[in-house]
This record gives sequence, C-alpha cells and structure tokens, in this order.
Amino acid sequence: MVDAIRAAMHDELAADPSVVLFGEDVTVGGPFGATNGLQDAFGTERVRDTPISEGAVMGMAVGAAATGLRPIVEIMFMDFATLALDQLVNHAAKLRYMSGGQLSIPLTVRVQAGASGAFGAHHSQSLEAWFAHVPGLKVVAASTPRDAYGLLRAAIRDPDPVVFIEHRALYWGKGPVAVGEAGIAPIGRAALRRPGRDVTLIAWSRMAATALAAAEQLAAEGIEAEVLDLRSLQPLDLETVLASVRRTRRAVIAHEAVMTGGLGGELVASIQAAAFDRLVAPIGRVGAPFAPVPASPALEAAFVPGPAAIVDAVRYTMAGSIASREEAG
Amino acid sequence: MMPGRSLDQQLGQLGTMLRIRRFEEALIELAQTHDVGHFHVYVGQEPTGVPALALLREGDVVYTTHRNHGHLLARGADPAAMMAEILGRSSGTNRGKGGTLHLASAAHGVPTTSASVGGAIPIAVGSAFAFHALGSDRVSICLFGDGALEEGAWHEAANIAALLKLPVIFLCENNSLGALGHKGNEYPSSTLAARVLADLATPFGIPSAVIDGTDAPTVEETMRNAIRRARAGEGPTFIEAQTVRWPGNKGVWAQLVTGPTRVEYAWNRDAIPAEHRTWFDEEDGIVRSARAAIAAGASQAQILELEAAAHREMDGAVQFALSSPWPDGATAFEDVFGDPAVNAAVGARPVASGRQR
Repeated sequence: MVDAIRAAMHDELAADPSVVLFGEDVTVGGPFGATNGLQDAFGTERVRDTPISEGAVMGMAVGAAATGLRPIVEIMFMDFATLALDQLVNHAAKLRYMSGGQLSIPLTVRVQAGASGAFGAHHSQSLEAWFAHVPGLKVVAASTPRDAYGLLRAAIRDPDPVVFIEHRALYWGKGPVAVGEAGIAPIGRAALRRPGRDVTLIAWSRMAATALAAAEQLAAEGIEAEVLDLRSLQPLDLETVLASVRRTRRAVIAHEAVMTGGLGGELVASIQAAAFDRLVAPIGRVGAPFAPVPASPALEAAFVPGPAAIVDAVRYTMAGSIASREEAG
Repeated sequence: MMPGRSLDQQLGQLGTMLRIRRFEEALIELAQTHDVGHFHVYVGQEPTGVPALALLREGDVVYTTHRNHGHLLARGADPAAMMAEILGRSSGTNRGKGGTLHLASAAHGVPTTSASVGGAIPIAVGSAFAFHALGSDRVSICLFGDGALEEGAWHEAANIAALLKLPVIFLCENNSLGALGHKGNEYPSSTLAARVLADLATPFGIPSAVIDGTDAPTVEETMRNAIRRARAGEGPTFIEAQTVRWPGNKGVWAQLVTGPTRVEYAWNRDAIPAEHRTWFDEEDGIVRSARAAIAAGASQAQILELEAAAHREMDGAVQFALSSPWPDGATAFEDVFGDPAVNAAVGARPVASGRQR
C-alpha cells in the first residue's frame, strides 16, 4: 500500500504544478519510504523537508493553500498532529466558513497512524474521532492499496482540507491498484467488502481486514456478516450504512481507537435514530481499551482488538436479539 | 516630511487615519445602545497601519489579528460591510460568519484574520512560500501585537521564513510601550522575558528595525525598505512599531474615555480636554500627522473636511449595518465544505436526537 500512496502523490504532482509536498524528512522517503524518490522526480522546490515544527508547517500549508498552492503535508506520526491543532482545527478547517466562502483551503494532511511494531504511546494512536468532530475537515482512512491510491488523489484534488490516515500496519499489504484518472475514488462513500444477511460489521482502516477475518469465522458458525469499510469518516456514508443495517437488522462497529468517545458512538447514535424500528438487537461496539497504547508487543497485542473480539461482539448481538420483533418485522 | 511624501499623499493617508479613527469611535458609541459584543479597536495605531499598508500592490496579502479594523480600512475594504459584519448582518464582509475577530476581504488582500494569538504568523509565512514557489514578487505582511511573540508559532515560523528567505514582513505593533514583563502600560501587558522585541528576530538572522509607530513617514520608509527586500528575494524583515496605548484601551472593554477625536486639536490646543492633554498633544499620531500636513502646506479647512467626510461615511456605515437584515439561519450550514452537496448532507444531521432524516 505504501507504493500506492507514493504513486498517488507522484501522479498528482505530475498532473498539477500547484501541488507541493512537504514534511519532516520527506526528501529521504520518510520513515517508511512513502515519499521515496519524489524529490528526485519533482525537484527541491516542490518536495521539501521542513524543520521539526508541526505547528508552523501546518500553518505554512494553510497560507500556501489560501494563496495558490495545493499542499500535501506529511505528519510523520498522527500523534504529532497534536502539535499542529491550532492551525488545523482553528484555521484550515474554518477559513472557508469564517470568511463567508471567500477562501478555499485545498490541503491534504497525510498522517501515519495506528498501533503496530511496538512504537509505544507517542507513535501509535488512532485519533480520527478528534478530526471527524471538527466541521470543515474531511477524514479519510483507506484499507486497501486501490483505495489508498484513489482516495489520496481525490484528497489532493479536494477543495477542502482532508486528513488522510495511513495505518502503518497496512503499508506492506499487497493488492491490485487501478492507476490513472480512472483510479480516482470519490470521498464520502463506504465500500461493501462482504455481503451478508445477519449482521452488519462496520469498520475502517486496519479493522476492515479484522472484520473480514471475523466474518469468515462467523460464517463457519452459520452467521453471515456483511462487512462495510467506511473509507470516509467525515463525511460519513450513512446512506450505505443504514441501507445495510435496515436489511440485516443488527450492527457491530469495530475500530482500533479507544472505545470511549470514538466514532463508534456517533455511528450507534445515527443508526438508532434513523433505523430504530428495524433493529432487533442493541448495536455492538468493539474498540481498544481506554488506555494509552502500550509498547511491549505482548501488551500491544492485548490492546488492539482482533477478530476474536468482533466475533464475541457479534455472538452477543445475535444472542440478544428480540425474537418477537423479528417475527413482527 | 521625508522625500517622496507629497502633500497629496500625506492628506490621503491622514484621511484614511481619520476614517479609521471615526469607524472605531462610531463602533464604541454604537456599543452603548446595541449589543455589539466584544471587539478590539485600532485607535492610536492608525499612523502605523495606514502608511505601512499604503505601499502594497494588488496581489499582496495582509494577515492580521483581532485588532484588524484599521488594517482592512487601510487596504480599502468597505466600512459599511465591515460594520455590518461586526453586527452579524447578512451584508457583512463575511456574511456574518466571521465577526469582528475574523474580518476578511480577500478582494482587498486580506484573506483571513486569526484571533488565536500568533496564529496568523505561520499562515503569512505560507503565503510567502506560495509566492516564492510560484515565482511571483508578491509579498505577505503579517501584523501582530507584542503578545504574539509569546507563542511558539512565532519562533517556528520565523525559522522557516529565514531558512527559505521568504517574502514576508513581520510588523509587530507594540501598543503597550514600556509594558514588557509588567503592567507598566496597564492591561493587557505582554509577559516576555525578552526586553527588546526585535531581539527575538536576531537569532534567525532576520534584520529588524525598532521605530516610532506614531511617526507615519518613518513607518513608510521602513516598510518601503522591507518590501523592496521581500520583492527582491532578500528574505523577511521584522519591524517593531511602538505606539502608546490609547487611554480608552486600558480596560478589557474599549471605552471612549477621551471623547471623540477632533482634528482641530492639532492647531487649537485650548480645545483639548485638560485631562487628555498628554494623549492628544503628545501621543496621538493623528494629531501629529495633521500638524505635519499643515507644515507641508495643507489648510485647516482641508483637514476639517477630511474629518467631516469621515464622520459622514461612518454615520452611513452604521446606518447601513443597522438596517441590514440578519442572515437566514439556514446559511449557518453553508460553506462548511466547498461542495454544496456535502454541506447539505452534513447539514441534514440531527441537531437534536431523533430528528434525523
């Protein structure tokens, strides 16, 4: 997937001279090679290293976006976006609105996120709910190389700031990619990864694959789970979510972020408000425990929800279903 | 008078200063009878902003702060639309979405105004980066107060501007002269360990100047040099323009304690209220600029007419604002995102549980 990410940036840099890329160590590829070779291809003016100054770098991207460029900023680890929140939340997100529509901030913020490899609490967080909470920011999380290419290109072309979340555990994943203009995927639509009739599993980023693994196990028990990969966390594709849940009548939401205050809660509220009459069981949630991400591989494995956690949640949901309502449905 | 400042230019700038002064006074008066909310006025800083921004060309940009009214007027923004914005009306510069803290007029080169102290500094550097990257000779001006230098944003952004030799001018309007590190010039005083603000540019190799911000010719000459450097690719400049805090700005809420300014104070000292003699006679740069214009050959009648015109214009601005309609509540959902379809989708989300779709 990291190759697809690099290809998306390459192709947008080639397609539009106003696209620039900057961040810490991007000229040497960054820690995982996502930007390898881009400076060689596009020069020192368009692909630049910055000081270790996330706040000013984000602000610089905002100003550049306000006056003619289309910057891609790499925040090396999503955890360090905390240092840039004033610029991202108070400025990038709000300038179109606050100016009464006078400004557009076409800015892509690539953040590498998630727990894997025992990086510990400052290099492993999943903070997508923070950003999805801010009006004016779009939030995208790709789980496949194809989506990474298509959605990143769409993010760079978007007229608004997009936080593009890259889970480092997915970087080495393989899969087909449709390159070129035809490969560009619209932001705002969920993807159906597996059809099923009994329960809808809603996940994104790395948890999409975890949900698919859970669905395979459940199938062996005779439970057919539908798996949706949200891909876009802001805006949310509630239309697709609701259509699925209305059909399956049950839902379990799985994310790697800590459960408390996570996007799962938002989805639960939205589903029950719109489809309460169709539900036959309380909506389940799977998330990380309310703790910082631990460093030890043993602790990290305990922290990140795996297929077993989703399987358990689905079994609980199935067992808690209201039979009479099913009959009345 | 310095070379290059014709009487016409002096009168033009004095007229803009008087317009700004009257705009702010009219706003304070309006706040006595209407719920205007909190705002910050530029009284006393006109001789900095007006000459400093008079030298800009179309395409240059200005980033400013919560104390922005003077800067927009200096760049030619419409006072009626500004007053309407401050009052939250649909005819405002930002359609009521910004308010006094975020006045913006992109057409006049003021794309946005940041009210998080120091927040505009990296953004101004970003525009300078864009101009540099696009091979243009446009310049980016960043105005801020002494307090902004307390933010880390300054240090990070100054480093980048210096590293890349970007065409940005940091114009620090220090309106609490003598107040560093204590309350010498009353609320709100900056709390910096540095005793000289310009020293904070020195480690980055950014040339600096410390000037009297009430002396319009000096401001203009200093800015002329900084702009020349920026356009020539020589990098950023830091300017500290020192002004004395207007007595009406010594509390948390601006008050017209000195009464409305009368430009005749420039030649009729006896008309100055005794308790405000020091302010008008020695500290107010507008009085000083009026005296300079007279010394350069202007008549009292010319100057009085500038003042009268400013009063007429700002009376009209207030009337326009008060008679403008409130924005339709539905517009609160507009311009969150650029795509109207996305706005419609997020706007359809519930504002109360159970009201969805």
